[in-house]
Amino acid sequence: MWSELLIGFFIIGGASFALIGSIGLARLPDFFSRLHGPTKATTLGVGGTLVASSVYFSLHGDGLSLHELLIMFFLFITAPVSAHLLAKAALHLRGLSGGDDSGIGR
Amino acid sequence: MRRLLPHPLLSAMLLVIWLLLANDVGIGHILLGSVLGVFIPLFSNRFWPERPRLARPGTILLLSGRLLRDIVAANFTVASAILHPQRNLTPGFVHYPLELRNEFAITVFASLISLTPGTVSADLNADRTVLLIHALNVTDRDALIAKIKQSYERPLQEIFPC
Repeated sequence: MWSELLIGFFIIGGASFALIGSIGLARLPDFFSRLHGPTKATTLGVGGTLVASSVYFSLHGDGLSLHELLIMFFLFITAPVSAHLLAKAALHLRGLSGGDDSGIGR
Repeated sequence: MRRLLPHPLLSAMLLVIWLLLANDVGIGHILLGSVLGVFIPLFSNRFWPERPRLARPGTILLLSGRLLRDIVAANFTVASAILHPQRNLTPGFVHYPLELRNEFAITVFASLISLTPGTVSADLNADRTVLLIHALNVTDRDALIAKIKQSYERPLQEIFPC
Protein backbone atom coordinates (compact mmCIF):
# COMPACT_ATOMS: atom_id res chain seq x y z
CA MET A 1 0.00 0.00 0.00
CA TRP A 2 2.59 2.55 1.09
CA SER A 3 4.86 1.49 -1.74
CA GLU A 4 2.11 2.14 -4.27
CA LEU A 5 1.55 5.57 -2.80
CA LEU A 6 5.28 6.28 -3.05
CA ILE A 7 5.48 5.04 -6.65
CA GLY A 8 2.39 7.03 -7.61
CA PHE A 9 3.81 10.14 -5.99
CA PHE A 10 7.06 9.91 -7.96
CA ILE A 11 5.38 9.10 -11.28
CA ILE A 12 2.87 11.92 -11.01
CA GLY A 13 5.48 14.36 -9.75
CA GLY A 14 7.90 13.44 -12.53
CA ALA A 15 5.21 13.65 -15.18
CA SER A 16 4.05 17.05 -13.91
CA PHE A 17 7.54 18.48 -14.18
CA ALA A 18 7.98 17.00 -17.64
CA LEU A 19 4.67 18.60 -18.64
CA ILE A 20 5.60 21.98 -17.17
CA GLY A 21 8.97 21.79 -18.91
CA SER A 22 7.20 21.16 -22.22
CA ILE A 23 4.79 24.05 -21.62
CA GLY A 24 7.82 26.22 -20.96
CA LEU A 25 9.39 25.00 -24.20
CA ALA A 26 6.29 26.13 -26.11
CA ARG A 27 5.44 29.32 -24.28
CA LEU A 28 8.58 31.10 -23.16
CA PRO A 29 9.32 34.25 -25.14
CA ASP A 30 12.67 33.70 -26.86
CA PHE A 31 14.93 30.90 -28.02
CA PHE A 32 17.34 31.00 -25.11
CA SER A 33 14.58 30.89 -22.52
CA ARG A 34 13.01 27.96 -24.31
CA LEU A 35 16.29 26.15 -24.09
CA HIS A 36 15.76 25.91 -20.34
CA GLY A 37 12.81 23.59 -20.89
CA PRO A 38 14.59 20.47 -22.19
CA THR A 39 17.41 20.63 -19.65
CA LYS A 40 14.88 20.92 -16.84
CA ALA A 41 12.47 18.20 -17.91
CA THR A 42 15.35 15.77 -17.96
CA THR A 43 16.44 16.56 -14.43
CA LEU A 44 13.40 16.38 -12.18
CA GLY A 45 10.84 15.01 -14.63
CA VAL A 46 12.84 12.05 -15.81
CA GLY A 47 14.42 11.71 -12.36
CA GLY A 48 11.05 11.25 -10.65
CA THR A 49 9.87 8.72 -13.22
CA LEU A 50 13.09 6.75 -12.90
CA VAL A 51 12.90 6.68 -9.10
CA ALA A 52 9.38 5.31 -9.41
CA SER A 53 10.55 2.68 -11.89
CA SER A 54 13.42 1.67 -9.63
CA VAL A 55 11.17 1.33 -6.57
CA TYR A 56 8.53 -0.60 -8.52
CA PHE A 57 10.88 -3.15 -10.07
CA SER A 58 12.86 -3.55 -6.85
CA LEU A 59 9.70 -4.46 -4.96
CA HIS A 60 7.71 -6.34 -7.62
CA GLY A 61 10.40 -7.68 -9.93
CA ASP A 62 13.20 -9.98 -8.99
CA GLY A 63 15.67 -8.20 -6.76
CA LEU A 64 17.11 -4.71 -6.59
CA SER A 65 16.76 -2.74 -9.82
CA LEU A 66 19.36 -0.03 -10.26
CA HIS A 67 19.95 0.36 -13.98
CA GLU A 68 17.68 3.42 -13.86
CA LEU A 69 20.67 5.15 -12.26
CA LEU A 70 22.52 4.59 -15.49
CA ILE A 71 19.80 6.30 -17.55
CA MET A 72 19.98 9.28 -15.21
CA PHE A 73 23.76 9.33 -15.44
CA PHE A 74 23.78 9.33 -19.25
CA LEU A 75 21.08 12.00 -19.39
CA PHE A 76 23.05 14.18 -17.01
CA ILE A 77 26.09 13.85 -19.24
CA THR A 78 24.38 14.42 -22.59
CA ALA A 79 21.64 16.99 -21.89
CA PRO A 80 23.97 19.90 -21.02
CA VAL A 81 26.15 19.21 -24.05
CA SER A 82 23.25 19.37 -26.51
CA ALA A 83 21.84 22.48 -24.80
CA HIS A 84 25.27 24.13 -24.92
CA LEU A 85 25.65 23.35 -28.62
CA LEU A 86 22.16 24.65 -29.43
CA ALA A 87 22.89 27.88 -27.56
CA LYS A 88 26.25 28.23 -29.28
CA ALA A 89 24.66 27.72 -32.69
CA ALA A 90 21.96 30.29 -31.93
CA LEU A 91 24.56 32.82 -30.80
CA HIS A 92 26.50 32.17 -33.95
CA LEU A 93 23.44 32.81 -36.11
CA ARG A 94 22.81 36.06 -34.31
CA GLY A 95 26.35 37.11 -35.05
CA LEU A 96 27.15 37.52 -31.39
CA SER A 97 29.77 34.85 -31.25
CA GLY A 98 32.75 34.68 -33.52
CA GLY A 99 35.91 32.69 -33.22
CA ASP A 100 37.70 35.51 -31.41
CA ASP A 101 37.29 36.96 -27.94
CA SER A 102 35.28 39.93 -29.11
CA GLY A 103 32.46 37.58 -30.00
CA ILE A 104 31.42 36.88 -26.47
CA GLY A 105 30.81 40.53 -25.66
CA ARG A 106 27.42 42.02 -26.09
CA MET B 1 50.63 -1.98 -13.42
CA ARG B 2 50.69 1.50 -14.86
CA ARG B 3 50.79 0.09 -18.38
CA LEU B 4 48.07 -2.47 -17.81
CA LEU B 5 45.71 -0.07 -16.03
CA PRO B 6 46.43 3.43 -17.34
CA HIS B 7 43.19 4.79 -15.87
CA PRO B 8 42.16 2.88 -12.76
CA LEU B 9 39.22 5.21 -12.06
CA LEU B 10 37.87 4.76 -15.59
CA SER B 11 38.27 0.99 -15.27
CA ALA B 12 36.35 0.92 -12.00
CA MET B 13 33.62 3.09 -13.50
CA LEU B 14 33.29 0.84 -16.56
CA LEU B 15 32.88 -2.17 -14.28
CA VAL B 16 30.17 -0.40 -12.26
CA ILE B 17 28.40 0.74 -15.46
CA TRP B 18 28.51 -2.80 -16.82
CA LEU B 19 27.03 -4.23 -13.61
CA LEU B 20 24.28 -1.58 -13.67
CA LEU B 21 23.56 -2.32 -17.33
CA ALA B 22 23.28 -6.03 -16.62
CA ASN B 23 21.27 -5.21 -13.45
CA ASP B 24 22.81 -8.29 -11.88
CA VAL B 25 25.85 -8.90 -9.69
CA GLY B 26 26.87 -12.41 -10.69
CA ILE B 27 30.41 -13.74 -10.90
CA GLY B 28 30.09 -13.92 -14.71
CA HIS B 29 29.12 -10.28 -15.03
CA ILE B 30 31.88 -9.17 -12.67
CA LEU B 31 34.40 -11.06 -14.81
CA LEU B 32 33.06 -9.66 -18.09
CA GLY B 33 32.90 -6.15 -16.61
CA SER B 34 36.49 -6.42 -15.42
CA VAL B 35 37.63 -7.52 -18.88
CA LEU B 36 35.87 -4.48 -20.37
CA GLY B 37 37.35 -2.28 -17.65
CA VAL B 38 40.86 -3.41 -18.56
CA PHE B 39 40.59 -3.37 -22.35
CA ILE B 40 38.53 -0.25 -23.09
CA PRO B 41 41.01 2.11 -21.33
CA LEU B 42 43.89 0.29 -23.06
CA PHE B 43 42.39 0.83 -26.50
CA SER B 44 41.17 4.37 -25.89
CA ASN B 45 44.31 5.42 -24.04
CA ARG B 46 45.53 7.81 -26.72
CA PHE B 47 42.39 9.90 -26.31
CA TRP B 48 43.20 10.49 -22.64
CA PRO B 49 46.84 11.59 -22.58
CA GLU B 50 46.67 12.87 -19.03
CA ARG B 51 44.66 11.33 -16.28
CA PRO B 52 42.36 13.68 -14.36
CA ARG B 53 43.38 13.91 -10.75
CA LEU B 54 40.61 13.87 -8.22
CA ALA B 55 41.14 15.13 -4.72
CA ARG B 56 38.79 15.15 -1.78
CA PRO B 57 36.13 12.51 -2.34
CA GLY B 58 34.22 14.10 0.54
CA THR B 59 33.79 17.31 -1.43
CA ILE B 60 32.43 15.32 -4.38
CA LEU B 61 29.74 13.83 -2.14
CA LEU B 62 28.97 17.24 -0.66
CA LEU B 63 28.70 18.77 -4.15
CA SER B 64 26.43 15.95 -5.36
CA GLY B 65 24.12 16.45 -2.39
CA ARG B 66 23.98 20.19 -2.95
CA LEU B 67 23.36 19.67 -6.68
CA LEU B 68 20.43 17.36 -5.94
CA ARG B 69 18.92 19.83 -3.48
CA ASP B 70 19.42 22.78 -5.86
CA ILE B 71 17.88 20.91 -8.79
CA VAL B 72 14.73 20.13 -6.81
CA ALA B 73 14.43 23.64 -5.36
CA ALA B 74 15.12 25.44 -8.64
CA ASN B 75 12.70 23.20 -10.54
CA PHE B 76 9.89 24.51 -8.37
CA THR B 77 10.99 28.11 -8.94
CA VAL B 78 11.12 27.67 -12.71
CA ALA B 79 7.85 25.72 -12.79
CA SER B 80 6.05 28.55 -11.03
CA ALA B 81 7.70 31.06 -13.37
CA ILE B 82 6.38 29.14 -16.38
CA LEU B 83 2.89 28.73 -14.95
CA HIS B 84 2.54 32.40 -14.01
CA PRO B 85 3.69 34.22 -17.12
CA GLN B 86 2.18 37.48 -15.89
CA ARG B 87 4.99 37.62 -13.36
CA ASN B 88 7.61 39.32 -15.45
CA LEU B 89 10.68 37.31 -16.23
CA THR B 90 13.79 39.17 -17.25
CA PRO B 91 15.92 36.68 -19.15
CA GLY B 92 19.42 37.78 -19.92
CA PHE B 93 23.04 36.88 -20.45
CA VAL B 94 25.63 36.95 -17.73
CA HIS B 95 29.37 36.98 -18.30
CA TYR B 96 30.90 34.69 -15.76
CA PRO B 97 34.63 35.16 -15.06
CA LEU B 98 36.06 31.67 -14.78
CA GLU B 99 38.68 30.84 -12.22
CA LEU B 100 38.91 27.18 -13.17
CA ARG B 101 41.69 26.44 -15.62
CA ASN B 102 41.51 22.67 -16.02
CA GLU B 103 39.62 21.76 -19.21
CA PHE B 104 37.84 18.84 -17.64
CA ALA B 105 36.84 20.92 -14.63
CA ILE B 106 35.39 23.62 -16.90
CA THR B 107 33.36 20.98 -18.74
CA VAL B 108 31.95 19.65 -15.49
CA PHE B 109 31.24 23.20 -14.31
CA ALA B 110 29.38 24.14 -17.51
CA SER B 111 27.34 20.94 -17.29
CA LEU B 112 26.40 21.64 -13.67
CA ILE B 113 25.22 25.11 -14.63
CA SER B 114 23.05 23.71 -17.41
CA LEU B 115 21.61 21.03 -15.14
CA THR B 116 20.53 23.42 -12.43
CA PRO B 117 17.35 25.01 -13.74
CA GLY B 118 17.33 28.72 -14.39
CA THR B 119 20.75 28.82 -16.00
CA VAL B 120 22.19 27.37 -19.19
CA SER B 121 25.81 27.73 -20.20
CA ALA B 122 25.86 29.16 -23.70
CA ASP B 123 29.40 29.90 -24.78
CA LEU B 124 33.01 29.89 -23.71
CA ASN B 125 35.42 32.44 -25.10
CA ALA B 126 38.55 31.39 -26.94
CA ASP B 127 41.04 31.63 -24.07
CA ARG B 128 38.65 29.96 -21.60
CA THR B 129 38.34 32.82 -19.17
CA VAL B 130 34.72 33.91 -19.58
CA LEU B 131 31.70 31.65 -19.63
CA LEU B 132 28.55 33.11 -21.13
CA ILE B 133 25.53 32.00 -19.11
CA HIS B 134 21.91 32.53 -20.04
CA ALA B 135 19.69 32.96 -17.00
CA LEU B 136 15.91 32.79 -17.06
CA ASN B 137 15.47 35.51 -14.51
CA VAL B 138 18.24 38.01 -13.93
CA THR B 139 17.60 40.52 -11.20
CA ASP B 140 21.10 40.96 -9.83
CA ARG B 141 23.98 39.83 -12.03
CA ASP B 142 26.64 40.11 -9.35
CA ALA B 143 24.57 38.16 -6.83
CA LEU B 144 24.01 35.38 -9.37
CA ILE B 145 27.71 35.20 -10.19
CA ALA B 146 28.63 35.18 -6.50
CA LYS B 147 26.14 32.41 -5.80
CA ILE B 148 27.39 30.19 -8.64
CA LYS B 149 30.99 30.83 -7.64
CA GLN B 150 30.32 29.97 -4.02
CA SER B 151 28.25 26.84 -4.54
CA TYR B 152 29.85 25.23 -7.60
CA GLU B 153 33.17 26.70 -8.66
CA ARG B 154 34.82 26.63 -5.22
CA PRO B 155 34.10 22.92 -4.63
CA LEU B 156 35.28 22.09 -8.16
CA GLN B 157 38.51 23.97 -7.51
CA GLU B 158 39.08 21.74 -4.51
CA ILE B 159 38.19 18.57 -6.43
CA PHE B 160 40.40 19.34 -9.44
CA PRO B 161 43.59 20.89 -8.13
CA CYS B 162 45.55 22.44 -10.97
